Amino acid sequence: MASIIRTEDLTYTYSIGTPFEKTAVNKVCLDIEEGTFSGIIGHTGSGKSTLIQHLNGLIKPTSGKVFIDGQDIWDKEVRIRDIRFKVGLVFQYPEYQLFEETVYKDIAFGPKNMGLTDEEIDRRVKETAELVGLKQETLYKSPFELSGGQKRRVAIAGVMAMEPKVLILDEPTAGLDPKGRDKILGQIKEYHRQKHITVLLVSHSMEDIAKFADKILVMNKAEVFCYEDTPDVFKRSDELAGIGLAVPQITKVFLDLKKRGIDIRTDVYTTEFAKKTILEYLERKGGAVNA
Amino acid sequence: MLKDITIGQYFPGRSAVHSLDPRFKIIITGVFIGMLFAADGFAALAVGLVFLAMSFIMSKIPFRLMLKSLKPIVPIIIFTSVLNIFFLDGAPLVKFGFIKITAEGLRTSAFMVIRIIALIMGSSLLTYTTSPITLTDAIERLLSPLKKINLPVHELAMMMTIALRFIPTLIEETDKIISAQKARGADMESGNILQRAKALTPILIPLFVSAFRRAEELAVAMECRCYQGGDGRTRLRQLRSEGKDYFALGVSIVFLDIVIMLNCIFG
Repeated sequence: MASIIRTEDLTYTYSIGTPFEKTAVNKVCLDIEEGTFSGIIGHTGSGKSTLIQHLNGLIKPTSGKVFIDGQDIWDKEVRIRDIRFKVGLVFQYPEYQLFEETVYKDIAFGPKNMGLTDEEIDRRVKETAELVGLKQETLYKSPFELSGGQKRRVAIAGVMAMEPKVLILDEPTAGLDPKGRDKILGQIKEYHRQKHITVLLVSHSMEDIAKFADKILVMNKAEVFCYEDTPDVFKRSDELAGIGLAVPQITKVFLDLKKRGIDIRTDVYTTEFAKKTILEYLERKGGAVNA
Repeated sequence: MLKDITIGQYFPGRSAVHSLDPRFKIIITGVFIGMLFAADGFAALAVGLVFLAMSFIMSKIPFRLMLKSLKPIVPIIIFTSVLNIFFLDGAPLVKFGFIKITAEGLRTSAFMVIRIIALIMGSSLLTYTTSPITLTDAIERLLSPLKKINLPVHELAMMMTIALRFIPTLIEETDKIISAQKARGADMESGNILQRAKALTPILIPLFVSAFRRAEELAVAMECRCYQGGDGRTRLRQLRSEGKDYFALGVSIVFLDIVIMLNCIFG
């Protein structure tokens, strides 16, 4: 498969020449394949947010290159707005960007900027609204009347409605309750499945990433720590703990079991798989299993 | 893009100038401005410049930063110098038709330009070496005698502190909103004035909404901590004056005296 996102030695330094100078992203080389659902994880200040803002040209790298769909986005021929329609970026707390009189108009803002016809805009607004679970009558309300979770959905729909080839979400579930969190992530996964697009999900929660992402990009101190398939990343739990990242709690249980001398695999990161692994283990030991 | 705006323009450091009591720094800056305006001739002005150069070297502020502080007043400098060169009466040096350049004109113009530059550099030195919050503290203390005539000094200072405190926050917020709208394809760089003004709506509305939200949150937070104005409030950072503060003030007054003396000799 061709890589849709490619970075070469991407480096970005803030406030060059002042005492506040800081390299936020250091020589990052990435190849992200089309159609993958990747999670990005790392500490606060590890450069995640800066990295993703490079991918749609909001930040110009200090050095290095960014290719989207094989195109150098800072090439003179390329119109940066076209890149932004191709790579949709949902910021942290996106509900604070809502401004229109109605939810409908707000979702339509992106598609309108793309210069689409009214019918096409209408189709996209209604389709994405339904996808993120907004009722038809909500579309004609003011976004400021809605609850926090609903506002978030409107904002995410606003980016989805541009139907980008790559959808990047920066902590889309921050500040939501567990139910709202699962719902939004489920909808994003569903959208990924339906449209076969590439998704990058930035999150602090290992659990969320483990549950939804096929591949994980771990950032540490402005550099890429690793970018591998989800099971492979969790095989390196000890290293992850070494850079201060917590592995999912269920993985921790299995690591502890192993430490206590029980011969069991440790690349377990979802509850379903945990159940299966334990049952397998018990079977192997020849115990009676009735589950 | 908005990160380049430096408001308060504090440049952290540990120099002798940085560590002076801010109240004294404000007074010394006042004395320095006094020097510049008291000076009648170039000799007296030079004394003021020596004082500026001394403080500047001690502050260890990069020279390029000082030049940057002059950038906004370049038009004023040009305007004053042109005005003085061409419109001062006296014996003409050069003459083209109705335009004439006089020796007095050149002299006055040079004098004015140096004075303006020194003035801006001196006051920038104050803001470069003092954080805005400390500066407000100092202003509050310096103005506190005015409480006697019922001027709400503490409230004014608090307003200033809050305003200063929220400038970076709002800049950051604006930056974020601009990025978010750009990510949705908002176009702010092209079109005529009307279109550009319209393009600001997606930024201004969220910005106002969040400013009000923050104001409300702040008010609640202050009330929760029983804030009720300045009476009986103590401070976390006490301003203490030491020997070196009085020494620095003394030096500046000596310089002012020299300026006045030079005026008497040459005047």
